[in-house]
Amino acid sequence: MEIFLQQIINGVTLGSIYGLIAIGYTMVYGIIGMVNFAHGDVFMLSAFIALLLLLLLTQMLGLAAAPAFVAAMVASMALTALWNYAIERVAYRRLRSSFRLAPLISAIGMSTFLANFVTVTQGPNNKSIPPMWDDVIKITSGGAYDVTLSYKQILIVAVTGALLAAFWFVVQKTALGRAQRACEQDAKMAALLGVDVNRTVALTFVIGAALAAVAGSLYLLQYGVVKSSDGFVPGVKAFTAAVLGGIGSLPGAVLGGLLIGLIETLWGQYFSSDYKDVAAFSVLAITLIFMPSGLMGRPDVEKV
Amino acid sequence: MSARWIDDPILRVDALTMRFGGLVAVNEVSFAAGRGDITALIGPNGAGKTTLFNCLTGFYQPTSGRIAFSPERLDAEKIERLTRSARKSDGDTFLLERMADHEIVRKARLARTFQNIRLFQGMSALENLMIAQGRSLSRAAGFSVLGLLGAPSWRRAERAAVDRAAGWLERIGLTGRADDPAGELPYGDQRRLEIARAMCTNPALLCLDEPAAGLNATESRDLADLLRAIRDEGETSILLIEHDMSVVMRISDHVVVLDYGQKIADGSPVEVRENSAVIAAYLGVEETDEPAAEAALAESAKTGSDAT
Amino acid sequence: MTRGDHIFRAAREAAWATLVVAGLGFPIIAYRAEPDFNNALMLQARWPLFFEFCLAAFVLRFALALWSGGAAKAVARERIWRKPGWLGPVALAVLVVYPIAIVGALGPQAALKWVDTYGVQILIYVLLGWGLNITVGLAGLLDLGYAAFYAVGAYAYALIAPATGLGFWALLPVCGLLAAFWGFCIGFPVLRLRGDYLAIVTLAFAEIVRIVLINWDVVTHGEAGLFGFPGLNFFGLPFIPGPRGFAAHVGLPFAGVHKPIFLYYLVLVLALAANFVSLRLRRLPLGRAWEALREDEIACRALGLDTANIKLTAFALGAFFAGVAGCLFALRQGFVSPSAFTFSESALILAIVVLGGGGSQLGVAVAAVFLVGASELLRELTFLKSVFGEDFDPAQYRMLLVGLAMVGMMNFRPRGLVSTREPTIRLGPEPAK
Repeated sequence: MEIFLQQIINGVTLGSIYGLIAIGYTMVYGIIGMVNFAHGDVFMLSAFIALLLLLLLTQMLGLAAAPAFVAAMVASMALTALWNYAIERVAYRRLRSSFRLAPLISAIGMSTFLANFVTVTQGPNNKSIPPMWDDVIKITSGGAYDVTLSYKQILIVAVTGALLAAFWFVVQKTALGRAQRACEQDAKMAALLGVDVNRTVALTFVIGAALAAVAGSLYLLQYGVVKSSDGFVPGVKAFTAAVLGGIGSLPGAVLGGLLIGLIETLWGQYFSSDYKDVAAFSVLAITLIFMPSGLMGRPDVEKV
Repeated sequence: MSARWIDDPILRVDALTMRFGGLVAVNEVSFAAGRGDITALIGPNGAGKTTLFNCLTGFYQPTSGRIAFSPERLDAEKIERLTRSARKSDGDTFLLERMADHEIVRKARLARTFQNIRLFQGMSALENLMIAQGRSLSRAAGFSVLGLLGAPSWRRAERAAVDRAAGWLERIGLTGRADDPAGELPYGDQRRLEIARAMCTNPALLCLDEPAAGLNATESRDLADLLRAIRDEGETSILLIEHDMSVVMRISDHVVVLDYGQKIADGSPVEVRENSAVIAAYLGVEETDEPAAEAALAESAKTGSDAT
Repeated sequence: MTRGDHIFRAAREAAWATLVVAGLGFPIIAYRAEPDFNNALMLQARWPLFFEFCLAAFVLRFALALWSGGAAKAVARERIWRKPGWLGPVALAVLVVYPIAIVGALGPQAALKWVDTYGVQILIYVLLGWGLNITVGLAGLLDLGYAAFYAVGAYAYALIAPATGLGFWALLPVCGLLAAFWGFCIGFPVLRLRGDYLAIVTLAFAEIVRIVLINWDVVTHGEAGLFGFPGLNFFGLPFIPGPRGFAAHVGLPFAGVHKPIFLYYLVLVLALAANFVSLRLRRLPLGRAWEALREDEIACRALGLDTANIKLTAFALGAFFAGVAGCLFALRQGFVSPSAFTFSESALILAIVVLGGGGSQLGVAVAAVFLVGASELLRELTFLKSVFGEDFDPAQYRMLLVGLAMVGMMNFRPRGLVSTREPTIRLGPEPAK
């Protein structure tokens, strides 16, 4: 029982991170119907940027760990947003009217480029930082096993919740959100009605990247280690989360993220940790095959 | 003259309904299409014509209703027997709502075109027509094995298919552009090529979704001639959706009118033209189209009587 | 617009580009985190490199702005390049003579690398490219898990050969058929999916296969992989020194290069067979149906084509060639392990097809030679190590360039490098060359 509870806590933490990445997938898919394959690598890149900035602030400027982390995270959000802006501009914008698989192939190319770019510039090995902010709250004690909840975990879940609320507000209430939904429905019509489609799509990529950067920073904080091949598997899992929640749906992405996080940790605990990725990949395949509109998505009627 | 759609139908639709969520796109529509007739399905935008087409050709699974079809003879008793069984077909009688799209084309011999032309754009006009004959050809190619070996029987079959395609290309005036990508042909040529491609599947019923859309007056007239010629050869009946009233009145033997998913009239062009419900649907519903509809009906009154 | 305006504008564009590159490069290029002897990460500054990047961005953008402004938007005309008729026979002759010529020129010792690494390895990739081209290039089904079928072939040989004692002649088709069977099994559930979802599901399946290979120790020996299975022999004669070997039988002095030469011709024959089958199939109803499927699936259904069968055959035949290639890979390497069948392998093969320009046999072959051969050549250039440091690994740059090339292809030549689609059948005469 204690172990189960602990795994639930760990799963929700991991799931929050997946959910943050999944929002990037789901927003881009919603607006231009493209599987942004490189998004996982953008997440990895953001973790590297946060790592380097953290080291820069602590080693060179002598800042304390906590403020340095917050500063690194915010700066990483800005820089990763710039990266994704540039990526969209260079690799995807021209392809919106190309043949249907062109954006996906381009995104695969971009994903390959980013992973190897970081490998070349930072080396292929694990980069680990000393653990920070390790205080925990004991939820149960005295049993065979102490269930703990760390401040980091609380922070991760709280940040995810706050960001979800903020973006829900943006999409529902602001001009940007209206423009996004207009482009989703019919980009050509939106353009005729004066919506700047290019700007709206670019902003969507920028927001997605900023959220991925939050996820990257929190990932670094929680697990303390990152390497250049870390974009692929978390990326696919976050995409799974987006699909499971119903692609195009914001709360769906977070719900999907939590589910994937839980499935992964519980599977790892009770079945086999070697095969924990198989669980996520199977969920992906099964969802796409049997319920492609996910838990909270709209069904897709084939137009003839 | 008694009506062929009553005496000798090729297609009989009974109480067909198609719902999308809460929206009823086609509501309890029943009609028949005569063997050897050109049957026109008309109605204002959003009347459910294309949805009905998609049900006939297996692209949509209708919510309820029956679609009976026979290239040879449609016998009421046989249809009832077949309906009670769980089978899709009995000899040459088919229940289309039980069949998949490709089976409908291959077994029941129903072919269709699309409102927004769907040619294989990157492939040549000739290749488009060859693909339509793929079924008979792949039998001759012996699951590709004989074809890979270049067997004489395969070569003969291929030559016959090319001849047939060439015949159609000549008929639609595209012999000179046989080897050009279909997507590079002018719009009117693409429309006719799509019809030729459907004809290459050797259909008993050819279903055309707005074949005259986007054509100029001369092209429309050529198209009408082509469709009449296909009908007069006696092998293929035609069912078409059309907005261009002059085309409808000039060539069709039978007109079925839909409005808001329901059938409001059914009869010869002359009967339909004088039907008050049809006039109301065309004149009353879409205010912006009023003068156009009036003109179209008046125009069709003239041309229709010329043609028949 | 005056010339001065023009230059000013270009400079402004270039300044913006420089700013963006500076933002992108900081801190990922400007600093590198490396663990010190206490295993704590320390930063190494690389400002010169950073400024080189910024300078390069400025110069390139400036030149581009001047050039594109000056050319006054010349209408981009796709140059049509027709393959001259002599190219095929000449290329074939070069391929046939290549190993003999290399041995003649360099001697059997030095030629080993040229026959094995360049010859055999590249040809295996050509075979893989032609196989995947059926699925992706012809049928338009984006298969991101092709390496899984390659793995099935390789592991099938490595597991079946020692267990049954069957030789590779018998096992080549077995490996192909097993992979085709897997292609069929993976293809079946994804039939109804749209293009991009289908791609993602194939990726998921391939990853599952790889994870199973890593963890199913009893059978696959995990990460360590399988080795010690029977190797290649020349119609029963093993390539070993001594009286029982191939060299002694044919009266040649023993040389290590004999085995790769034999393998080279074996792969060449199989690759040519794959080419023949692809080219012939394109003219048959099945191949035409694949291309029609790529163009418009709904129209296919309206013509009575059974799209499920068409997709399955495309998947299965593509997988068949991957299985054969996997068997050849096992014969060449002498061992198989999961690390050879990662997503990046699938991406590399996909890049070969994409760069070759969906559907073009010659393009795919050229792309394979270029992508695989060029990075091997980079490895040869030892002076690069003195420039970039000891841990310089060109393989990393290969994938970096592969990624960029895929992006570039999609943006500028989505139909490929050497792609002018010829109709598979003509009514009129061939156009004048």
